[in-house]
Amino acid sequence: MITDERPGENRPLVEVYSLKVVFPTDDGIVRAIDTMDLSIREGEKLGLIGESGCGKTVFGHAIMRLLEDTTKVTGNIVFRGKALYSLDRESMRRLRGKEIGMILQNPGASLNPVLTVGSQVSEVLVLHKGLKKRTAWDRVVGLLGRVRIPEPERRAGEYPHQFSGGMKERAVIAMGIASEPVMIIADEPTKGLDVTVKRKIVRLLKEVTVEKTMLIITHDLDVAEEVCDRIAVMYAGELVEIAPRGAMFERQLHPYVQGFFQSLPDRGLKPIPGMSPSLIHLPEGCRFHPRCNRATGRCRTEHPEMIDTGDGRCVRCFLYA
Amino acid sequence: MLEVKNLKKRFSSGIFFKSYLDAVDDVSFSIAKGETLGLVGESGSGKSTVGQCVIRLIEPTGGTIMFNGIDLRSLNGRALNRVRPSMQMIFQDPDSSLDPRMTIGQSIAEPFRLKKVARNEVKGEVLRLIEKVGLSPEHYNRYPHQMSGGQNQRAVLARVLAINPLFIVADEPTASLDVSVQAQILHLLMDLKREYGMTMLFISHDLAVIRHMCDRVAVMYRGKIVEQGPVSAVFESPAHPYTRLLLSRTEEAEQSVKQENGSGDAKGCRFRGRCSLARAVCETTEPAFREIGAGHTVACHMTVLPKAEITHE
Repeated sequence: MITDERPGENRPLVEVYSLKVVFPTDDGIVRAIDTMDLSIREGEKLGLIGESGCGKTVFGHAIMRLLEDTTKVTGNIVFRGKALYSLDRESMRRLRGKEIGMILQNPGASLNPVLTVGSQVSEVLVLHKGLKKRTAWDRVVGLLGRVRIPEPERRAGEYPHQFSGGMKERAVIAMGIASEPVMIIADEPTKGLDVTVKRKIVRLLKEVTVEKTMLIITHDLDVAEEVCDRIAVMYAGELVEIAPRGAMFERQLHPYVQGFFQSLPDRGLKPIPGMSPSLIHLPEGCRFHPRCNRATGRCRTEHPEMIDTGDGRCVRCFLYA
Repeated sequence: MLEVKNLKKRFSSGIFFKSYLDAVDDVSFSIAKGETLGLVGESGSGKSTVGQCVIRLIEPTGGTIMFNGIDLRSLNGRALNRVRPSMQMIFQDPDSSLDPRMTIGQSIAEPFRLKKVARNEVKGEVLRLIEKVGLSPEHYNRYPHQMSGGQNQRAVLARVLAINPLFIVADEPTASLDVSVQAQILHLLMDLKREYGMTMLFISHDLAVIRHMCDRVAVMYRGKIVEQGPVSAVFESPAHPYTRLLLSRTEEAEQSVKQENGSGDAKGCRFRGRCSLARAVCETTEPAFREIGAGHTVACHMTVLPKAEITHE
């Protein structure tokens, strides 16, 4: 179990214990998350980084218990002292969206095209804050103003297709923060946005989540660097490295994380050979060994555990054993 | 090799009340043999429209396109079909560029069949290309849905090589791929381009990618090129405020300026609403291109100012 709780720091808000998520498919069993241990402290902004298919979105959904019924989840997630996977459906439903807000990826698809943007935001307020529809409207306008949608009174009555990509993202952020949750999960909040729009959305996200706990799931290192206090990297269904932001950007320990950083266009565009394994057929030993140029015999047969290297860093690699 | 002059593309919509959108307005550039020109801009800037106009996948509204001394716009269907094989396009989404009902081998073999290469030689050629792009012979009989996005993009590259074009337009070829795969594909593209001596128009919204891939770059903003020059010059001393904005890691000041859609009014500089340097002249006169260095041109009234004054923010 990795706890990086140290004196003087906030207590953990979310604790993940030996979480495993598997789902059966026609092609075989997908091990989407394999034995994940992680804690997120109160007020912390944690960035979960990884490439597509590494399980990072599944983790966001696992916290919200939004996974399909056929999914098998073992281990538990404790949020504010409540073990989420021991709660009954009704308590979970009350908690979801109210205590944990979610900003889903692809705002184009997460907004309902036949309802006005305002009514979708107001739904959150009616549901979780118990407001009457009429009183909720003023709050909706206020919220849209807070996420800097110009002319919020007018825009609240418009439909999603009348919004640009950046404006939709703002609306989705407004929905995520409407119930004043203690924690926000933002899944790829900047996907598909232009650079200049992206910068504005990132700043807005920072602004509206001050003092809140946030899990931000992204493959964009710029976003992570801008927003996060701590960064966790996933590869092939498991965490491979966790470090405070500064330390992570200064030096990456895990060979995959090093390769990932260096493959970015502004950090060298140096490719990692090979491709990510499918979560159905995972390699023996270390999951990265077939692509790793520092792999030894041990890496091929033995699966490395997370190693605490001090200073709040952990890495899953025998190089640091 | 390619010379584009005053290219225009106007899209119209509506039947009774026609509205127009000048997606590309008076764009001129040229690409020398073996050179890679990067076209960078945000979504809606018209960069993809330029790419498609250049090889006449869509009909331009005005301007001339000279390709190897041939005026492409004057060609009729049949003559165009004869030129087409020497120009190829690589699209964003590799999965939809391949026929889902054809195996990878069949897709790559198609150009050889069109070129009437003897049937018994085709398979060998296809396998040679499959290896060239970093796939293995086992992929020959696979279908696109059985492959990853990166592998499909490799197959697309193999098919392009089968045609052996002189000129390729690559429109965000890695936009749908993961970063570590993006690096692989871009390296492959660079190597192949060099080996086959191809000329390329490379379209991307990612400046860092452009910097790696291209010799020269043209920056587009709402249908116009605003700055053009060698990659080193544009990246080291960007002159247009928009280029500076794209290159800076800081964020532009939040302004209450409404970003008009389409081309807005024809007068003045299109960037003025977002520009911190905008003066009266920017409202009334469209800036002309001015040469500020070897092959480095910029369309901005304010670049005559001494450098210190035009730093953004």
